[in-house]
Amino acid sequence: MDTDVRTQKGLGVTLRQDNWWGEPLAIASALITFIVYMTWAALTPTGPHGEIWYKWGSYISPAFSPYISPSWFKWSPAILILWAPAGFRATCYYFRKAYYRAFFQDPPGCAVGEEAREYKGETSFPFILQNLHRYFLYLAILLVINHWIDLAYAFTKEGPKTYYVGVGTLVLLVDTILLTFYVGSCHAWRHLVGGKLDCFSSCPSNNIRYKIWCNVTKINETHGFWAWASLFTVGFADLYVRLVAMGVWTDYKIF
Amino acid sequence: MSENYQSFEYDVLVIGAGGAGLRSAIEASAAGCKTALVCKSLLGKAHTVMAEGGIAASLATVDSRDSWQQHFSDTLIGGNFGNHWKMAELHAKQAPERVRELEKWGAVFDRTTDGKGNINVRHFGGHTYKRLAHVGDRTGLELIRTLQDKGVHSGIDVHMECTIYALLKDGDRIAGAYGYFRETGRPVLFKAKSIIVSTGGIGKLFSVNSNSWECTGDGFALAYLAGAELADMEYVQFHPTGMVWPHSVRGLLITEGVRGEGGVLKNNKGERFMFNYIPPKYQGKYAETEEEANAWFQKVVVEGQKEEGVKERKPPELMSRDVVARALWNEIKAGRGSEHGGVYLDIASRRSAEDIKKKLPSMYHQFKQLADVDITKVPMEVGPTCHYMMGGVKVNPETQESTVRGLFAAGECSAGMHGSNRLGGNSLSDLVVFGKLAGENAAAYAKLTSMPKIDDSVLAGLNKEMNQPFENKGEVSYAILADLQTAMEKGAGMYREESLLDGCLKDLEALKERLKKVAAEGNRLFNPGWHVALDLRNMLIVGEALARAAKERKESRGGHTRTDYTTYSKDFAKKRIVVRKKGEAMEIVQEDLPQVPAELEAELIKGGFLKAEILKQLRGEAPAH
Amino acid sequence: MSKIHMRVYRGNSEGGQLKDYDVEVAEGMVVLDAIHNLQATQASDLACRWNCKAGKCGSCSAEVNGKPRLMCMTRLNEFAEGETITVTPMKTFPIMKDLATDVSWNYEVNKRIPPFTPREGADWHWQQKDADRAQEFRKCIECFLCQDTCHVLREHDKKTSFAGPRFFARIASLEMHPIDGLDRTELLKDQHGIGLCNITRCCTEVCPESIRITDNAIIPLKERVVDKYYDPLRMLWSAVTGK
Repeated sequence: MDTDVRTQKGLGVTLRQDNWWGEPLAIASALITFIVYMTWAALTPTGPHGEIWYKWGSYISPAFSPYISPSWFKWSPAILILWAPAGFRATCYYFRKAYYRAFFQDPPGCAVGEEAREYKGETSFPFILQNLHRYFLYLAILLVINHWIDLAYAFTKEGPKTYYVGVGTLVLLVDTILLTFYVGSCHAWRHLVGGKLDCFSSCPSNNIRYKIWCNVTKINETHGFWAWASLFTVGFADLYVRLVAMGVWTDYKIF
Repeated sequence: MSENYQSFEYDVLVIGAGGAGLRSAIEASAAGCKTALVCKSLLGKAHTVMAEGGIAASLATVDSRDSWQQHFSDTLIGGNFGNHWKMAELHAKQAPERVRELEKWGAVFDRTTDGKGNINVRHFGGHTYKRLAHVGDRTGLELIRTLQDKGVHSGIDVHMECTIYALLKDGDRIAGAYGYFRETGRPVLFKAKSIIVSTGGIGKLFSVNSNSWECTGDGFALAYLAGAELADMEYVQFHPTGMVWPHSVRGLLITEGVRGEGGVLKNNKGERFMFNYIPPKYQGKYAETEEEANAWFQKVVVEGQKEEGVKERKPPELMSRDVVARALWNEIKAGRGSEHGGVYLDIASRRSAEDIKKKLPSMYHQFKQLADVDITKVPMEVGPTCHYMMGGVKVNPETQESTVRGLFAAGECSAGMHGSNRLGGNSLSDLVVFGKLAGENAAAYAKLTSMPKIDDSVLAGLNKEMNQPFENKGEVSYAILADLQTAMEKGAGMYREESLLDGCLKDLEALKERLKKVAAEGNRLFNPGWHVALDLRNMLIVGEALARAAKERKESRGGHTRTDYTTYSKDFAKKRIVVRKKGEAMEIVQEDLPQVPAELEAELIKGGFLKAEILKQLRGEAPAH
Repeated sequence: MSKIHMRVYRGNSEGGQLKDYDVEVAEGMVVLDAIHNLQATQASDLACRWNCKAGKCGSCSAEVNGKPRLMCMTRLNEFAEGETITVTPMKTFPIMKDLATDVSWNYEVNKRIPPFTPREGADWHWQQKDADRAQEFRKCIECFLCQDTCHVLREHDKKTSFAGPRFFARIASLEMHPIDGLDRTELLKDQHGIGLCNITRCCTEVCPESIRITDNAIIPLKERVVDKYYDPLRMLWSAVTGK
């Protein structure tokens, strides 16, 4: 070979021998599948004849909670809610990596060449808005609280004093737990609870914050896992509620 | 070619950018001198980064009984009284201050667990109390990074990847240094009023060693060629625990910290053999049975009890390196060694996997990655490896000046501080204590003198020498290097005797002839084959000095063990062997080694820091072995 | 002893190419051993940096089959039998010769970072939990593999406006030091260009010391920059209270 490998540039140029494209490809496929499904689901709260698909019994699809439907708003109420979790995930320090690599090829893989183009990173619009991640976090915390309230309802069937545990309850339970871990392992959260301090031992309140920070740090290490797992369960929870509401699936009562 | 050299002028030139070099450059610069630092590698890569266990200083943060007197006495006993007492005293007194200073410069030492938030210290071989300030098992890296960051903000010029080939003189005093940039091959002249050599050790002379390619004894040879005297060249430390397998990492260091954290040495019969090797000088200080050693381990290492309240004595694995290395060698020689010719160092059965990974992360990493061995599950195989040179440039203990005016030495390439055997942890403290002194005194000298003159005609001659390998048509340098290492290992290694040393000297003569004809391929642009060819001159000088000094000292002491003279000798106890250049020949002389003043000695004995009978043994006045 | 096939980059600032070699190797060897064998037997002038050969000094950085690695820590038995092993110099830095590159830019960046500056009257008694974070970053051996793999430097060549992961870790070790009294946030944002990092984590993947550069250094620093420059409520609060 006579070409000088050091001077070669361009998208996909690399001496790597492994399937470096496997990961971005898988991520892109998964994200596109989720986005397509979620968009369809959000725009389709009801069936062609007005039958309600977004909830069944005391189960409500996480995409439609809290259910706010002002009379002037003509479209699906999910649109009023979903921008918040969508924003949280779009500015999430884990998903940023995932989609910069998978969608923008910036870079497509480590030590893999990119197309030559002007690069500004997160210093200019729109990516400078990633810095607002903590505001989406505040909203995400509110939504997580709301999910726990929904979950409490999912343990009932007819009125607050009746106990009911169906497969759907478990689906929502798992979803809520995973969402809690996903939000609780957020990097901005980790910073706010204690990461911003320089000295942990200087006063008693810092010591408490240190303990919280340690716990957040532990789950933060697997933030990517929580991100994917909760993404999957959110989609699945919606699908579950929807299919039960459609009558395709039956919600089995456990006790 | 000589007109094409780059030229610089400095008040103080420091050669070598390990701990000692950096520390002295910082000091010289702080004194207001225009200072430069020259190093063979990139800045921050010096062999100091390999120091793992810690830096010894009687901070007394964990054991309040510690004191400079005890550190001083431990150093002398560890060095078998071959030390220059004044250096050991200065070192013991100044080390705590130097360590605290590192912290002020940004070093982040491990903290004590008692809630008081002091610098934590750990156990190490030959130290009476816990004394080594540390950062996990990467203390050397912390030291060098701290000094590096302090240094680059102190206005020091750093010339990286530059090898000094010769020191230049103006009459009797030092005048500068001449060498080449490794990257470009371009020659360079440094004019300087004073020069500090801090080039580290000589490990690369031996085939099994723990050192990097840089440790070719440059400072020793440069100083020797410039007329400075070398001393104690026979004292070479073989570290007991080097890796033995796979072959490509043979010699790589395993920190003494493994034993400090509870690791034990076993032979192929599973016996903890160290109990059989406690020499008289350490008797009564170390556990004599496995039960006692285990009880100490349980209380002090596992439970973290204060040693002050523990009646058991520490395990004999924690004796000084010379003693442990000899014990290993004997076990291996007696056929009780491990599969690949070492012995077993077992931490797996002593500590939990979690503890091992936390306390010895880089050891875990090193074995896992390089030998496919999980040290939390199976014992390591270890054997002696050439580690440290106690001898070096003979210096004035208070100023670090050599016998050449304006030439100073600090760190491993200076002699005297460690005597015949260095204690673990005393190396890093040596670097900062004597680095500071060298920098201070080099600066003071530079301020008193004018810029020396350099004779240009000398440079032309040096250029011709440096270019000779490109003119030659013969073998390349690597084979000569390999043969030199074999010759040293065989003839002047851990165990020495007259006939072997004679054989070694003969081999060295033959290698010198081969070196004259050594050839280099290609050109001067970053050419390792050529670099090795030039380094070999230094290595042959150091090898010869080492073998001749070893032949002269007809006794066994610390890092110098003779199979034909196995005991301490009264005749040599108060002598040091000095090597110097006389014409083209190497001259060996015996000089009196300054002794601890009688009042101080009496004070130490009275204070219980030293025992009179041990002193007698080490001086060859009472039987010891 | 057995033989392996290697392709090693030979060249200098004027250009170069991969050269084929068959090298004798033994059990347990690493890529650096193979390079040393090459030097000793076939190419004595093959340029390559190395020092400790134990993964502690960070000198022998190169790219092995396209991946930034330390040659001394890359064992030959990682590769399939008969696989060609390609060794090239780090791509991000200008080449000097063969496997040696000019990494001096890194030293210049380091010089521009204000050094450790203790707060006046600081209490030097502090706990291990305060030391932990700084210690993680201080494990760095300056192999510059993170700088090599970072696409901001490798592909976009932002060396004039971006410090790179190594120096974000360095700044983090200072900013999170309990005694240090300087605030380097403005420098981080402006001079060192932390906003250019799009946290794609290649630095963390490549770090031989397993420092979690992205999660523990870069992201926390980005959050500190947000505190000061991008958080409207916080900025309003600061404007009102003067804090």
